[in-house]
Amino acid sequence: MKYYVCLMVVFLFSVQIQAQKVAVFDSYSDLEKAVLSDENTTYVVNFWATWCLPCVKELPYFEQLNSANKNLKVVLISLDFKNQYETKLLPFLKENNIKSEVVLLTDKDYNTWLSVVDKDWSGSIPATLVISKRKKKFVEKMFSDYEELNQYVNSIIN
Amino acid sequence: MKKISVLLLFVAFIVTAAFTSIAPTPYKIGDVATDFKLKSVDGKMYSMSYYKKAKGFIVVFTCNHCPFAKKYEDRINDLAKNYKSQGYILLAINPNDPEVEPDDSYELMQQRAKEKGFVFPYLLDEGQKIYPQYGATKTPHVFLLDKNRVVKYIGAIDDNVDSAAEVKVKYLENAIAALENGKNPSPEMTKAIGCSIKSKK
Repeated sequence: MKYYVCLMVVFLFSVQIQAQKVAVFDSYSDLEKAVLSDENTTYVVNFWATWCLPCVKELPYFEQLNSANKNLKVVLISLDFKNQYETKLLPFLKENNIKSEVVLLTDKDYNTWLSVVDKDWSGSIPATLVISKRKKKFVEKMFSDYEELNQYVNSIIN
Repeated sequence: MKKISVLLLFVAFIVTAAFTSIAPTPYKIGDVATDFKLKSVDGKMYSMSYYKKAKGFIVVFTCNHCPFAKKYEDRINDLAKNYKSQGYILLAINPNDPEVEPDDSYELMQQRAKEKGFVFPYLLDEGQKIYPQYGATKTPHVFLLDKNRVVKYIGAIDDNVDSAAEVKVKYLENAIAALENGKNPSPEMTKAIGCSIKSKK
């Protein structure tokens, strides 16, 4: 019975989240201030886009991480094109029932903000940034399964 | 004794680790880039050495499937047209493994080149031997070389993927202009988003 109640709560919660709007940021520094600035929170930030197949493939691992580990917060930063916000991004999130926080970043001054995320980022996606206790750890790759992602994140935050 | 075997194991591990990381170092500004001999969509093989009178080469890693690369297709074609007469040869290389990304097969490259009227050689990095040497990580990814294949600029074509009309800084064209004036480009490197290059692990 308890299980069903739990499930019900999760279900209701997810429906509520789904109804949320995706915040749009034109500048990475604004996004950082608004979404990634709480010093007591561990963030797992994934850079992705609906047009990036490897990104889409690894999204479920981030979703799983977000629901499995309550001590961290997954933020999915979409780099979709601005004019595909309503036609591609929102339908994708609904279809795939994405529950992690999603924001759209339309800052085209890549040459400036990519280096702010990590000085060695060449710009390929997927890419993942972990922010924990003011430390940042960045990787430019695709995780092949949930275990790999989970181990990677744990190795940084523990 | 136990200590020694642990030490030996450690040494063995270090040695193995040192010798298994065979990925070449990505090109930096000033490195001499390798030439290649790759097949284009017209069935012919192309090398930089073929262009005896070239003043420089624009090597663009690009492909069919990537939406980011697609946004630059027309701009790449215009660059090839505009700079050929000035002696700068644009060569596009598709670095993806078609088995991983079927949209980037040789046949579909031929089709895309025909549809878009590509005026430049559109080459397939068969066996994926070339892109790792350049250190290309994504599409599109541009390397500007001088006539001696010295790397002069690495990065993006310009600063606005969405709209050619709204570009503020034409990084690549500025870099070519710098070469023409006997100067080093500034910036020499820029960053941009792109699709990761697809290969089997």
